[in-house]
Amino acid sequence: MSQIPAAKQGHRPVAVVAFAQSHVVRAETNSNEVEMLMPVVHEVFAKAGITKDDVGFICSGSTDYLIGGPFSFVTALDAIGVWPPKSESHVEMDGAWALYEAFVRLQEGDIDIALVYGFGKSSLGDLDKIFALQLDPYTMAPLNPDLVSLAALQARVVIDQGIATEEDFAAVAARSRRSALSNEFAQVRRDDSVEDLMAEPYAVSPLRRHCLPPISDGASAIVLVAGDRAFDLVERPAWITGIDHRIETHAIGARNLAVSTSTAKAAEMAGVGEGPVDLAEVHAPFASQEAILTTALGLPSSTVINPSGGALAANALMSGGLTRIGEAAQAILDGRAKRVVAHATSGPVLQQNLVCVLEGA
Amino acid sequence: MSDQTYVTKDPRGPVTQLATPMRLDYLFTAGLSLSRNLRGYQRAEFVGQKCPVCGKVYVPSRGSCPVDGVALTEEVPLKNTGTVTTYCVVNVPFAGQSIKIPYICAQILLDGANLSFMGLIQECDVEDIHMGMRVEALWVDEADLVPSLASVKYFRPTGEPDADYETYREYL
Repeated sequence: MSQIPAAKQGHRPVAVVAFAQSHVVRAETNSNEVEMLMPVVHEVFAKAGITKDDVGFICSGSTDYLIGGPFSFVTALDAIGVWPPKSESHVEMDGAWALYEAFVRLQEGDIDIALVYGFGKSSLGDLDKIFALQLDPYTMAPLNPDLVSLAALQARVVIDQGIATEEDFAAVAARSRRSALSNEFAQVRRDDSVEDLMAEPYAVSPLRRHCLPPISDGASAIVLVAGDRAFDLVERPAWITGIDHRIETHAIGARNLAVSTSTAKAAEMAGVGEGPVDLAEVHAPFASQEAILTTALGLPSSTVINPSGGALAANALMSGGLTRIGEAAQAILDGRAKRVVAHATSGPVLQQNLVCVLEGA
Repeated sequence: MSDQTYVTKDPRGPVTQLATPMRLDYLFTAGLSLSRNLRGYQRAEFVGQKCPVCGKVYVPSRGSCPVDGVALTEEVPLKNTGTVTTYCVVNVPFAGQSIKIPYICAQILLDGANLSFMGLIQECDVEDIHMGMRVEALWVDEADLVPSLASVKYFRPTGEPDADYETYREYL
């Protein structure tokens, strides 16, 4: 039996053994949330070689603000079929935080297998209005600042502080779209030149359309297994050797938007710098955010960034962060990498960040 | 911020309340399964959908068997008749009420279905409604059929003998 890599925080070893995702599309008009999620859950179970009866805990990430209906996460359980009843929880956050909760739950030691999923349809409502509501309700939300304008403010700080240029943003977008050509699940899959992208007009200065994430519907799911049982299910489990998440103040004006303090702290706690990083899946919905994050994560220049295409190629809200963990873990499951980093973000302009280090045995 | 620390020259005093109206509009995706039900209503038909694992027939369906977590594959045409599993008599007036009180709201288990849904009962005195009562759906005129339960005008008693309690005890 292979040796489980040492855990940075001395926790019970937990591994990703399977990852599945839906095709991410602009608008999934045929299927409702349950119908979109169900095949993904079936696939992740099949990949892990388990059934719902093997699962000891279920945790999901989604938000009722996207669907416009209350308790949509309860309805989503219809996709699993939770009879006999299962211990289950939900976070009104990206599925990456649901994975964190499941990871913590597995530390209890009484169960070995957890199902995590995230799902979101961005096509049903007005994202600018919806996401204004996550801001401070007294001084920010009433102004209804839209997502792109807030990201543009941040991008301006990035440029002013000499961290990246508009050409750098275009290069990030071009690389992401090109990488997505080999990712059948991604939405924006193109081979664009930086020159062509730079010729686009501004969406909101200094951001051009290519700097913006697509509007996406999609779902993803992961099976976590604790201890040696992971080796019974797959040849190369992706062991979580470090995981941490941190949040910054909700007062956007009180932050230096060009620096991600929370990512840097989470990366330190997860032990990103304590070994080589073959590849990193960084959850940067805007092209202008990638440099902030790769700097905060302390990634060496040899690290391959977002081979999946990242959030610029597919941005299913509430599952995009979980998909980053899944894509990074898949590289280990496939034997393409030994040590990888996954990052997820939540909140306005990178307010909250989760960092996960995964290693093969 | 308390009044002791905040000084304002505005004669109205410090701001203590703030109204921030908001409104969100959404599209609704019925989905593949519910769409089959809704299209059925448009044809004045109840379309049941059968779970390939447990065999239960759902009407309406939200897309899966919530017990087995699988898509419902087989369509089962259902009749207009069913049984009242439970009910309530509405005596309370409320804004927007379109039906004369008192009226009866009942959970109706269609014959051949394994899921009850709420329906309006008419042509029945409120004193006469009871569990096990046999009822039938009355559809709106063909020109008024729509892809929603609004196509059912109401349910009314058929006059048949009551259903045996055992036939609906699982659906209370």
